[in-house]
Amino acid sequence: MQSSFHGYRRDNGRVGVRNHVIILPVDDLSNAAAEAVANNVKGVLAIPHPYGRLQFGADLDLHFRTLIGAGCNPNVAAVVVIGIEEQWTKRIVDGIATTGKPVTGFGIELHGDHDTIMRASEAAREYLQYASEQQRGECPLEDLWVSCKCGESDTTSGCGSNPTVGNAFDKLYEAGCTLVFGETTELTGGEQIVAQRCRDDKVRKDFMRVFDRYQDIINRHKTSDLSDSQPTKGNIAGGLTTIEEKALGNIQKIGKRCVVDGVLDKAEAPTHPGLWFMDSSSAAAEMVTLCAAAGFVVHFFPTGQGNVIGNPILPVIKLCANPRTVRTMSEHIDLDTSGLLQREITMDQAGDKLLDMMFRTANGRLTAAEALGHREFVMTRLYESA
Amino acid sequence: MIHYVLHDPGDSVAVVVTEGVKAGQTLTGLILDQDRTVTLTCTQDIPLGHKVALKDMNVGDTVIKYGVDIGKVIAPIKVGQHAHVHNIKTKRW
Repeated sequence: MQSSFHGYRRDNGRVGVRNHVIILPVDDLSNAAAEAVANNVKGVLAIPHPYGRLQFGADLDLHFRTLIGAGCNPNVAAVVVIGIEEQWTKRIVDGIATTGKPVTGFGIELHGDHDTIMRASEAAREYLQYASEQQRGECPLEDLWVSCKCGESDTTSGCGSNPTVGNAFDKLYEAGCTLVFGETTELTGGEQIVAQRCRDDKVRKDFMRVFDRYQDIINRHKTSDLSDSQPTKGNIAGGLTTIEEKALGNIQKIGKRCVVDGVLDKAEAPTHPGLWFMDSSSAAAEMVTLCAAAGFVVHFFPTGQGNVIGNPILPVIKLCANPRTVRTMSEHIDLDTSGLLQREITMDQAGDKLLDMMFRTANGRLTAAEALGHREFVMTRLYESA
Repeated sequence: MIHYVLHDPGDSVAVVVTEGVKAGQTLTGLILDQDRTVTLTCTQDIPLGHKVALKDMNVGDTVIKYGVDIGKVIAPIKVGQHAHVHNIKTKRW
């Protein structure tokens, strides 16, 4: 395995593998202005989303944590923030400014869309030209933060593509990287296995607390045994029968040697290298967005039936061991591992192929999702707005 | 050609990994962690990714995959049959 990659070292020491300038709306009212700026300045990326009004409590904290985290992500070179009013806009600008990267904000009230768009476009142009002079440099492998999530899984996920991620994660863990896995409900049936992999009693307790809390939510709101939603209809069509079976397949992603070193809240950034568990939804775009907000720069996404999502700032590598999906949805797949299930390659070889694709992606290769323009940025909500 | 895979030799179900598996076919299976093969004759058509039963099971029995409990039997299953939502259900929700 290589020991370095070519990334962008940011002012705060973190390393990114992309160099985006993003136009970040605070709230749904600011999406139009953000998209207008992206139309004026070719090459910046607007990140519209539907929320940000009248949220409160932990749900509001998560909103800020997600937006500030996305701006702080080292794949982002600079940020223009637009909100309906100045105060929450400033809160996000200040949060991103802690990284040292160029960031500025604009409130629409007292100005209107057009004046805001004009001034924000000026800042966006300046930032784009600043970003275009940033250079990649050689960085040690341990500076790479890698996340994972499986989506539209089927039984080939558990037999093939998920253990491939596990094999790669085992190798990255030993190299000192920072890694994360999540999808809290999707561990149902395998939670004791994950608990056993926790570093110590404190981590184990944190994990079980987070797991049990999510089970309570499911039990409080469910109207059936969830056999329409979790597993999904796609999972079931692909052959997955129960949540327990899905969970055992899911858990393959943490390999055989990784230890679970800590538990993160949604969109919370890790504080040291190792493997972290993040409390998170199993909905693909929500979970990948949380990983982007937590600062991860490359994402492993094993799929069975063919999940197609990407993320605007976090490159998503799709790997698949289902021969029919690889054949019928080839434009979405970065790595075909179906040979594993025909004994054409070993698990070690599959893991190495994934690591090779990771290095190529880190060094600049666009993933299928990036090339196809899949930029799903989905906020996780905890409850109704006031 | 590998037709199905299983994780643990004690598993009661395995996964079909090739298209076009038809009733009466003799199948070659791969035990993933041990890299050795086994055989089985299936008695029903089994779609890609779906499971084939490796032993007879009665209503209420626990289904074993990955060496652990993945659910309960809700309709009798015979070895070689298609095993899925019509005869297996979660124990959890």
